[in-house]
Amino acid sequence: MYAVRLWSVRHARGLNAFYRGFEAMLVRLDPLFRAVGYERIERPVAHLEKAVKGLLFDCRMCGQCVLSSTGMSCPMNCPKSLRNGPCGGVRADGNCEVKPDMRCVWVEAYRGSERIPGGVESMSKVQFAVDQRSQGHSSWLRVAREKSERSAGPKGAATGSPTGSPTGTAKGAP
Amino acid sequence: MRFEDEPVPGYPLPILPGHTSPGRFERVLRAGGFAITTELAPPDSADPEDVYKRARVFDGYVDAINATDGSGANCHMSSLAVCALLTRVGYAPIMQISCRDKNRIAIQGDILGGAAMGVCNILCLTGDGVQAGDHPQAKPVFDLDCVSLLDIARTLRDDHHFQSGRKISFAPRVFLGAAENPSGLPYAWRPQRLAKKVAAGAQFIQTQYCYDLPLLRRFMQEVEALGLFGKVFILAGVGPLRSAKTAEWMRKNVPGMHVPDAVIARLSGAQDQAREGRNICIELIQAMREIRGVSGVHIMAYRQEESVAEIVDKSGILRGRAPWYPERDAPQYSHRTAT
Repeated sequence: MYAVRLWSVRHARGLNAFYRGFEAMLVRLDPLFRAVGYERIERPVAHLEKAVKGLLFDCRMCGQCVLSSTGMSCPMNCPKSLRNGPCGGVRADGNCEVKPDMRCVWVEAYRGSERIPGGVESMSKVQFAVDQRSQGHSSWLRVAREKSERSAGPKGAATGSPTGSPTGTAKGAP
Repeated sequence: MRFEDEPVPGYPLPILPGHTSPGRFERVLRAGGFAITTELAPPDSADPEDVYKRARVFDGYVDAINATDGSGANCHMSSLAVCALLTRVGYAPIMQISCRDKNRIAIQGDILGGAAMGVCNILCLTGDGVQAGDHPQAKPVFDLDCVSLLDIARTLRDDHHFQSGRKISFAPRVFLGAAENPSGLPYAWRPQRLAKKVAAGAQFIQTQYCYDLPLLRRFMQEVEALGLFGKVFILAGVGPLRSAKTAEWMRKNVPGMHVPDAVIARLSGAQDQAREGRNICIELIQAMREIRGVSGVHIMAYRQEESVAEIVDKSGILRGRAPWYPERDAPQYSHRTAT
């Protein structure tokens, strides 16, 4: 919902702090996700994630969430799906070139990023091209899996993309 | 400036040390020249002569010609085709690639194809939304954005593989560019957006129209503070405004365009508004030349392309040098001047 989306940007700092804790818990739950099977819990978790993030951010379930780097303003709501900052067409009032009644997602993202410690720096990191295969998959499970693999050491570092297999039980999160 | 090995149409120049392309545009910039680029509006036609006619009006006044890629989301001859025609006779085109109409499969193919046809410069753009053009019913693609496009183009050139990881046997030797809009919101973040593009592979930047000099100066200071001078060449965007009414219209309808009230007031007060528009443009160019870090100007004179020669000539920025054009070095040919 548009109004909620704007609220989320205003509360970017709190939401980001909450997410940090939530993410740490997800990573800790990795052994459990593994035991149950990431594939098995993918669908229910993706549904849950869609419901929660859909409400808060108008989440489009790209499966590669970067909200922490975009001041809690979902870049996939940009009509051009820009993931690296605003285009040159932002209107003088800060609204979108394509949808004149909508705030530019990236003008909002900058406002949100200013509220998050280190937010502006992280907004300035290059985001590589989105993997369209992840569309509809849970970003939470992907993060849980990737981060726990990474902390398991370079030996366990995943090579390929975890497409189609982000799994985990985000149930415990909220 | 003149290089001893000027291009023979159809043959690439040797790549100088520290250069990434065999092109003349990169050479002018790296040699410290104040580069001049302009924009060619691709024809709504399948006649190659329509392209050459449009390129000839710039002969002797510009270092490179941008071939727009469906600019304003309007349908025209493709930028790849325009570039291929231009390189045949030796021009240095800058191939614009917009993310609006093609996915990464098509775009990477175009980069290879363009380079194979002699294109040495690529400008990576996001592209205007389809609602702005003559086909609002079309599907907007936006599989990539300008930054991820830059990253992919640089990977092709430097790492010799597609985004998928599949190897290519001969890399495109291209000079990569991007656009920036100093007068776009959020102002405070625009210099960092430029830094992001440089980090992704941009070697030159062409900006949106800059009619607000103090704003441009501030922007350049911030770019310098980010340590970007020396890492990227910045060409400031300018263009003649035809009348106060056009300026008003553009301000309202061209995405991201900012024209200060003072400029509009000056235009509406003039007897010959078109002439005044050109004068404003000339003064801007002269002022831009003095701004630290500005390596050239990009003159966008949509539907007034014939005025580019006069603007460049009167601004005096060439300082006696004659940019290459097909007949320049023909012995019987004396250098032309604007009338």
